[in-house]
Amino acid sequence: MATASDLEMRSPRREALAGARDIIPLVVGAIPFGIIFGTLAQGSGLSFGATLGMSAFVFAGSSQFIALGLLAAGSTLPLIVLTTVVVNLRHMLYAASLLPYVQEASQRWKAVIGFLLTDETFVVTIRRYMQPDPSPHKHWYYLGAAVTMYGNWILCTWLGLTVGQLIPNAAAWGLDFAMVATFIGMIMPYATTRPMVGAIAVAGLVAVLANGLPHKLGLMVAAIAGVAAGFWLETQLIPRSKPRE
Amino acid sequence: MTDWLLVAAMALVTFSIRYVLLAFSGRIRLSPTLVRALGYVPPVVLTAIVVPAVVLPAGDLWLGWQNARLVGAIASMVLALWRKNLLLTIAGGMAVFWGWQWLMAWLVAQPFLG
Repeated sequence: MATASDLEMRSPRREALAGARDIIPLVVGAIPFGIIFGTLAQGSGLSFGATLGMSAFVFAGSSQFIALGLLAAGSTLPLIVLTTVVVNLRHMLYAASLLPYVQEASQRWKAVIGFLLTDETFVVTIRRYMQPDPSPHKHWYYLGAAVTMYGNWILCTWLGLTVGQLIPNAAAWGLDFAMVATFIGMIMPYATTRPMVGAIAVAGLVAVLANGLPHKLGLMVAAIAGVAAGFWLETQLIPRSKPRE
Repeated sequence: MTDWLLVAAMALVTFSIRYVLLAFSGRIRLSPTLVRALGYVPPVVLTAIVVPAVVLPAGDLWLGWQNARLVGAIASMVLALWRKNLLLTIAGGMAVFWGWQWLMAWLVAQPFLG
């Protein structure tokens, strides 16, 4: 049976190892980002334990950074939590994209997948989920990728908290640029169709224009504008190209 | 212990956002239109995070050649399109960014440039 040989070929262990391997470039990109987070945390008033706890329990880099900035600026707790909601709302969009693939999974799998859902893990694992083979172990691929990302994030936070403190003026090195380079590397492979390029361009433009909105709301506004632009371009391009060619 | 309260609150809202749709996935049916729209989500969201970090590093628009983030970002884009190797894009982009930052600092230190 074809399915039996598929099962044999891709055991849970092999799926997990493949996931861990495929996410390595993104892990490398996250290393400087995690270290700088740990380095900056103590200066903003977060204790050693709470900094590690944030990486272990929140596990959402951008919102962790924004929380540090808000803490240092003297923001109140409800305001920081509200901003966290806005910045992390994008994960709900990722979850929506994962829906068709997790419907059969147990509630325990769903909780694990949800807890470990990040930009990087999503971008890598959605490709595996979309492959047509009927492997029942694709969640193990997700787990391998996500746990690698998770372990690295905690380790780098700890490194920043300890070793990072010994580096003079570590914040001025611009280590956070690693996230920019990583995300660009994740975005560019998508930019292959005209609607997608249009969506990306609109999102970037609106993100700049809406940057002044409170609670980082500009992120969601830009995301919605970009998706709408891509969708609109898609519907415009299809009917026009037919009669002319 | 306010910092632990903050961690707990952030963890709770973040997990809820990530988990809620998955938890009820058995009862949710997405329309094909919505699925098509969701295809745009990853690059669009990542772009909305990255672009302000590059051109608004300190809150004001900075499109000059002296902006090392902008030069590093353009280098990353070129590398990503040219080689399609993620690790090369990250390492190369970082190298260009650091090199440019160093160059700018060196230029500023030259007496003839003030």
